Amino acid sequence: MTITMAAPKRRAVRLTKRTGDSWTAGYMLLPALLTLALVAGYPIVAALRLSFVEVADQINPQTGMLEKTESLGLGNYVGLFVGDSGEAFRNAFMNTTLFTVIGVVVETALGVAMALVMNKAFRARALVRVSVLVPWAIPTAISGLMWKWIFESDGIANTVLNAEIIWTADNSTIFGFISAPFTAVLVADIWKTAPFIGLIVLAGLQVVPKEVYEAAKVDGAGPFTTFWRITLPLIKPTVVVAVLFRMLDALKMFDLPFVLVGANKHSVETLSMLAQFELSNVRYGPAAAYSTVLFAYVAVIAFVFVKMLGADLVGRGLKGRG
Amino acid sequence: MKYRHAAALAAIALVATACGSDSESSAPDASPAAEAQGVGPITFANGKDSSGVLQELLDKWNAAHPDEEVTLVELPAQADGQRQQLIQNAQTESDAFDVIALDVVWTAEFAANGWVDELPEGALPTSDIVPSLVEGTKYFDKMYAAPWGGGTGLLYYRTDLLDAAGLEPPTTWDELVAACDAVLQLPEAEGVDCYGGQFNKYEGLTVNFSEAVNSAGGSVVGSDGQPTLTTPEAKAGLDFLVDGFASGRIPKEAITWDEEAGRRAFQAGKLLFHRNWSYVYALANETDGSSQVAGKFDIAPIPGATGYGHGTIGANNLAISSFATNKKTALDFITWITSQDVAQHLLVESSQTPAYGAMYDDPELIDQFAFLPMLKEGLQNAQPRPSIVHYGDGTAAIQEEVTAALTGEKSAEQALSDLQDRLSEIVDQ
Amino acid sequence: MTMATTTTTATATARRYGRLLSYVGIGAIVLYCLAPFYWMVVSGLRRPSDQFATTPFPNPISFQNFQAAFSATNGFARALLNSFIVAGTTTVFTLAIGITAAYAIARLEFRFKNVVLAVIIATSMFPGISLLVPLLRLFVSLDWINTYQALIVPCMSFALPLTVFNLTAFFKQMPLELEGAAQVDGCTKWQAFRKIILPLAMPGVFTSAILTFIAAWNEFIIALSVTNEKDMRTAPVITALFTGQYKYDQPFGTQMAAGVAVTIPLVIGVLIFQRRIVDGLTAGALK
Repeated sequence: MTITMAAPKRRAVRLTKRTGDSWTAGYMLLPALLTLALVAGYPIVAALRLSFVEVADQINPQTGMLEKTESLGLGNYVGLFVGDSGEAFRNAFMNTTLFTVIGVVVETALGVAMALVMNKAFRARALVRVSVLVPWAIPTAISGLMWKWIFESDGIANTVLNAEIIWTADNSTIFGFISAPFTAVLVADIWKTAPFIGLIVLAGLQVVPKEVYEAAKVDGAGPFTTFWRITLPLIKPTVVVAVLFRMLDALKMFDLPFVLVGANKHSVETLSMLAQFELSNVRYGPAAAYSTVLFAYVAVIAFVFVKMLGADLVGRGLKGRG
Repeated sequence: MKYRHAAALAAIALVATACGSDSESSAPDASPAAEAQGVGPITFANGKDSSGVLQELLDKWNAAHPDEEVTLVELPAQADGQRQQLIQNAQTESDAFDVIALDVVWTAEFAANGWVDELPEGALPTSDIVPSLVEGTKYFDKMYAAPWGGGTGLLYYRTDLLDAAGLEPPTTWDELVAACDAVLQLPEAEGVDCYGGQFNKYEGLTVNFSEAVNSAGGSVVGSDGQPTLTTPEAKAGLDFLVDGFASGRIPKEAITWDEEAGRRAFQAGKLLFHRNWSYVYALANETDGSSQVAGKFDIAPIPGATGYGHGTIGANNLAISSFATNKKTALDFITWITSQDVAQHLLVESSQTPAYGAMYDDPELIDQFAFLPMLKEGLQNAQPRPSIVHYGDGTAAIQEEVTAALTGEKSAEQALSDLQDRLSEIVDQ
Repeated sequence: MTMATTTTTATATARRYGRLLSYVGIGAIVLYCLAPFYWMVVSGLRRPSDQFATTPFPNPISFQNFQAAFSATNGFARALLNSFIVAGTTTVFTLAIGITAAYAIARLEFRFKNVVLAVIIATSMFPGISLLVPLLRLFVSLDWINTYQALIVPCMSFALPLTVFNLTAFFKQMPLELEGAAQVDGCTKWQAFRKIILPLAMPGVFTSAILTFIAAWNEFIIALSVTNEKDMRTAPVITALFTGQYKYDQPFGTQMAAGVAVTIPLVIGVLIFQRRIVDGLTAGALK
């Protein structure tokens, strides 16, 4: 019953004229779309084109100069599935997926918990908010260095854990089966981004009217019931946005494993890192192919996610009715 | 002291002026230098100038050449980051960088891609420069960069511990192992490990592996450009490292070590022998408490299978970007900043080790930089890392296979034969 | 669960437990967020000579690392200023165009809404690293290298999708009668938006502002690639460019000091705006 109370009644807006709205909407969307077209649209199209360009290079035996011939084809995509490059791709694909799944699940749980605590906290509110921003505010390039420092073999992590774990070597393990560098990157990533989810969810919590909770209390709902039946459904749109964008980000993860563990380390190599490695060796075609496949992967996941959980988020838009 | 430096700077400034006026008067069609045309302001892309000495030098140059000002563009400190910036710049054919500092191993790649210009013959006093350094600037027998400083791997060893065991510094791996066995039993060597280098999976591992193979009398890539890793020498080289890890002589955390991590271990007194560059010498001698081994160590050329080994060259050379506009100014500037006077200034002020052979024998300089004679010895024996056009792929393959061997994932033979196959493919690409 | 069943009878005890729990929660959050940062501060405050100590307090405290970070040759102060200009401008512009776009999506009816949404979100799905080379080519041809717009515009495009989606979710949470009621009261559409909708969406706007500012403040790869003059570098780039006295010598302490210096302004900013944020939030929630 509390849910119906909070759910908005959809009536009034349909009274406005549709044609007028379309023009207004067009003008209102234009600046955003133009910006995106210039610095995202154009480079994306350029990269898509590159993914079909195959470059064969030959060293001229007389001069030693590289001679390149370009042709159009699907070779770069074929390379994703065969031979050494196929193996690298599969490995990076697995890493990317695991980082995202484990990372986002833990971050969401922690983030929502943080938001609930912050919403209740009336004392030390400033301290809590500032604390929560700190992990997010340290530039990734620097927090990567910080964690590298913490995870040194004679660093503070081993001192605190009283262990001698080699955290940043490629094939190193904890207890013989958990990848140490993977764990290190995951810890650093969760530390940095759980507060991000916490912050977005907190904002969502604060537009929930107090009366809703009071009504729940009157009805005799306990804290867990209140959370599952009332709070969670009400903050679902903001949680969905937070999780969706965290997933998009996590799937593109690059800086953290790159700084913390390094380039070309298979136990933490993500698809973005693989693309960067190809780029740094002047193979734009394969790099663009990796990126395009990653793009498609992200798009599919986002679509499925929005379809499954996000009906509220884009419901009216996607269903095409008011 | 201050006065001497001021005088040196003034002298350099004079040379800078002289140099400039001289080249202005030379006819543009006199030599292959005719290719280098265009006079005007340029940029100089280099790693970070932390001491500010480079900027001081540029100020001198700029004062003498108001129309040909040089602006310093600072690139990331890490070699990978520098290479990426340089390649990006070349790919966009931007003229943002005119003179660029090239790591010796990138010469082939940049030359073959046509990203840097060939330097005119006779523009530089190559006969005064240590030959192994000149060799590192060449591709297909043409010179693409000016040697600007030289460095190679050195063996740092603890004099106090060797003395306690009554031993001389080792010249071969067998002696090194024997010295460890003797020293590490001493009570004062408690908590000390035998040997450490750079074994993290990065460029430093390629350096250490190449040095090991070269020091066993082998090579990674032969003079015909084909890999030569299925030889007994290559096997002996890799075995030195693999056995080190397997026997615990190399501590297991060394698998994450880069230059700094290794230096820290050595400075903390945790290593008897340590392979590193000459920059460690001054830092490990600091008496402010950061080093436990100040005054208790010395250096030698790195050991090999049957005598001193062959270090690999680590040096930055200066090249002219193909997309530069003011190439004549660029060449004049390179000629000046790689000249011996400037080299001396850079050594004294920022410890940049020189390319000029004679400077290693200068008693006054040796007074100040005790490592110079050993470094010269090392440089004379030094060999470049494999020269591969697709260097990024080559070094990645080396790091991959060597790591597999060091962690026991593959046998040394297997790793070498796999590496041979992968390098063959990369070279033939 | 046991708590849930007993609350009705022992409300006072439960409240006390709840308060205790909330203190524990606050403590846990603060510890979680600040412990690694504390280590960064401590590392920054050590003397370079005892950089590698693992004692919980720097002894003695030294500001050498901070001095080194701010030494004139590094240009760090200028870089901080640049970061402020870039992040501030990015935030203002992103919010301005993000709010209008989000409002249109959430509360206006138009065709192809789903296409627009899909396009906006799709732009944030392409790995940034692969946009670099085409973007660089574009900026070289526009002659934008070493300009603020080259730093700002890409940051805007990275921040826009999240801003639009976040604000869309906010605008949607509000009862749909609001504008209708306002118009009945004689407000124009614009007035309804500005005087009623926008204040209600303030929590979301502030959240988006903070996230955008921080994202722009942290951006690294693009900032590194589109600038090469020292005067145009941003703080993270300058920090990454720090080196020690020698080529291989990584000045860890200086970098940590710089990391602290990059983070502190944000913390101060949040502290200053704290009251306003909280006021805005409660005001919005109670109306």
